[in-house]
Amino acid sequence: MNDLLLNIDESFVDWARAQFALTAIYHWLFVPLTLGLAVIMGICETRWYQTRDTFWRDTAMFWQRLFGINFAMGVATGIILEFEFGTNWSNYSWFVGDIFGAPLAIEGIVAFFMESTFVAVMYFGWKKVSPGFHLASTWLTGLGATISAWWILVANAWMQCPVGCEFNPDTMRNEMTSFLDVALSPFAVGKFCHTVISSWIIGAVFVAAVSCWYLWKKREERLAKESIKIAAWVGLFASLGAGATGHVAGQQVAQSQPMKLAAMEALYNGGTDQGLTAVALISPFSQPDYINEPSAPLKIEMPYFLSMMATNDFHGFVPGINDILNGYTTPEGKTEPSVDEKISRGRQAINALSAYRKAKKEGADEATLNDQLTILNKNMQYFGYGFMKDKHQAVPFIPVNFWAFRIMVGLGCIFILFFAVLLAVSYQYPKQLFAKYDIAALPAWHYIIAIILVPLAYIASESGWIVAELGRQPWTIQDMLPTWVGVSNIDSTSVAVTFFLFLFLFTLMLAVEINILLKQIKKGPERH
Amino acid sequence: MTYSFLQHYWCFIVALLGALLVFLLFVQGANSLAKSLGGTEEGRRLVYNSTGRKWEFTFTTLVTFGGAFFASFPLFYSTSFGGAYWLWMIILFTFVVQAVSYEFQNKLGNFLGPRVFQFGLTLNGILGPLLLGGAVATFFEGSNFIINKENFIDADSISNGQWSMAVISQWANDSHGLDALLNPWVVVFGLAVVFLAQVLGILYIINNVADEEIRSRGRKRLIGAAVPFVVLFVAYLVHLMLKDGFAYGEDGVIYMEPYKYFNNLIDMPNILVVLIMGIVLVLWGIASEVFAGKFSIFNFQCSMHEGIWPAGVGTVLTVLALLLCSAWNNTAYYPSTADLQSSLTLANSCASETTLRTMFYVSLLVPFVLAYIIYAWRAIDNKKLDKEELYSDHAY
Repeated sequence: MNDLLLNIDESFVDWARAQFALTAIYHWLFVPLTLGLAVIMGICETRWYQTRDTFWRDTAMFWQRLFGINFAMGVATGIILEFEFGTNWSNYSWFVGDIFGAPLAIEGIVAFFMESTFVAVMYFGWKKVSPGFHLASTWLTGLGATISAWWILVANAWMQCPVGCEFNPDTMRNEMTSFLDVALSPFAVGKFCHTVISSWIIGAVFVAAVSCWYLWKKREERLAKESIKIAAWVGLFASLGAGATGHVAGQQVAQSQPMKLAAMEALYNGGTDQGLTAVALISPFSQPDYINEPSAPLKIEMPYFLSMMATNDFHGFVPGINDILNGYTTPEGKTEPSVDEKISRGRQAINALSAYRKAKKEGADEATLNDQLTILNKNMQYFGYGFMKDKHQAVPFIPVNFWAFRIMVGLGCIFILFFAVLLAVSYQYPKQLFAKYDIAALPAWHYIIAIILVPLAYIASESGWIVAELGRQPWTIQDMLPTWVGVSNIDSTSVAVTFFLFLFLFTLMLAVEINILLKQIKKGPERH
Repeated sequence: MTYSFLQHYWCFIVALLGALLVFLLFVQGANSLAKSLGGTEEGRRLVYNSTGRKWEFTFTTLVTFGGAFFASFPLFYSTSFGGAYWLWMIILFTFVVQAVSYEFQNKLGNFLGPRVFQFGLTLNGILGPLLLGGAVATFFEGSNFIINKENFIDADSISNGQWSMAVISQWANDSHGLDALLNPWVVVFGLAVVFLAQVLGILYIINNVADEEIRSRGRKRLIGAAVPFVVLFVAYLVHLMLKDGFAYGEDGVIYMEPYKYFNNLIDMPNILVVLIMGIVLVLWGIASEVFAGKFSIFNFQCSMHEGIWPAGVGTVLTVLALLLCSAWNNTAYYPSTADLQSSLTLANSCASETTLRTMFYVSLLVPFVLAYIIYAWRAIDNKKLDKEELYSDHAY
């Protein structure tokens, strides 16, 4: 069940998972560039508004042209996700829709209309509206995209750490008790900051790469130099910000999703004074033997750093996979039951719910109903575990989480270095070190590095999402609803067919988009 | 605000979004006729650039319609989308293709050529309204699904891998939504929406594009779209008024009531007035363009080519009235033909009171959203689109 989907079995559950993964990964190819490029083109147009130098207007229009090509793909791939919760995950949609649906609806009303309205003014309104209105439209397009990110991340954060709700046995679903708890949960805030800021890295890397290509080809020197400066500032701020917000996110994961953290670290057996693993010999293709092996082989770690990251205490307790499976007690005396016990209690909750509903239908007295409700409420927090057969179903696929996390963090560190150097070279500061470097006259390999960083930035970005989503599994909603209970009743053939149709369509459109972008970059800005 | 009021209020909001969506299908309607309206390649490009400034509104309204339905009536969302899988997937595929077709078709680097994307726009232009119309028709005709919440708590079956047994809402056959198209009245309504979209599309192009040849072709095509629309719509309306409908009593038990939708209009005269006003405005909008210059009564506006506005407002009012007729006055708005008691009503499918109340406060933002949309729309359309703009400005 928690395979990498490399061995997709015939069950429609795994096809549904595969399809959601495919559509989400494709969507996330386009959204970060939308968010990141929106900032840069907004800055360029603001400079035009301030200076009325036509260079800045032409530069803004150039980046907006590339923005538009990418924006269309983001919209195209996004609509599927909105409805896929219903088409492929109908039980999920009912069970948690009372909470999950609201952020999606608000996203449409508040964010999508803002984006779609002002992007039209941005594209077509240069000669139709005042410069001030046009500038506002450009920033509002980016703001709409950012607000959209807020609401969808509120929804996703709720999947990771469900708050502000309670289960209603009469309606057989979870119902919202506090909208503010959902909308402003620390998990949502942290996720939003980390995701949006890391998207700005993509925008900055893209602009830097295009600009470096122009410098390499001895073209558009002013556009390249000015754009590099903007990209370097945005990129450095975003890289550092992503690191800081990532640390906060890591702590939230440690508190709310300890199994995800254990999988990310390939921490089979935890304890106090845990080190942060830099690298270990984990096969990417199969689940390691976490039951029998004491730790991941050939592990190189930074002592105490995992405890520090997870608990703000170098000696803090961090549970490993086996601790979570078998139950543990922290040094502070807090006890976490074993997964077998959680499964047992979850079954009690499900059986109590079934008995309650049957009794109510038969007109049983209040005392009988209250007895069942008491059992249900006592065990409700383990409800989702009741659908498990075996405790090992609670373990996500370790290799993907382990390596995706390292790829993301490793590349994140590289981006900090890259933007710091880029900033220094573009301003030739500090003079003692960088005065001799002219950014327009560097050896070709410098520019090639910047170009190579574009796919690496996307790999880092997707890796983050893979950790977030695969690390949460088997849960669609943490501890509440495993994947195999959340699906629709559709034959696997139908889902497999649509999977391959999406794969073909999105891949084809991606190829067209990349070709168009490359041709537009080659064509360069238009002078008006 | 009572829970019942909130349910009816959100039904109104969702119905309004649905009605606005049908109006905005003028984008699809015009795209389906781009070749015949445009005449030449340049003319066709004018049509695409005209609708291209508005396509995102249709798209966004569709997405918001889905999101609002999910938030306010989650059991409908899970039942319809999870059950009528293929119907919704085909709709979504056509809209996915539409989304990139404007931007990509004439761009340097499009190795598929413009024709592929123009075909995509045409396909979306026909299939989008047809299937969306068909989906709406199932609110009156019924769909083949069964709901059983007890499925969810059969833990033994679930943990033994019988996951399909756990699903609360299930389609009762393997067609997953395509069976709706076997009902001729669903097809009638779907086709009516196709021709309505074309009527609105022609009226929009006539209004938005400053090209006399395109306007002239539009006026000729208008009758070809308007006549089948009126015939199909009237046929469906008569059928609707005469058919049995899905009612429910205070106890929530669903039963068939003769002439239910006709009775709804009589019981809710305000809705009847809105429906009549809407129909009259649509016909007025069509007639004002067909007969402009021939009868002075249709020259009440400052200039011609404004038929889109009465027709558009009329479309919104008509569809709104029909959708409210499907759900208010104790009517099961998503009836089941497989198991009558599985039919969805406002009461048995809605979100919790907390969620509906929260969303009520969010909906207070809608007038602001509409205001800035209207402001931006007028700003972009203050000068009608002409051929010169294709070559002097950002254009598809």
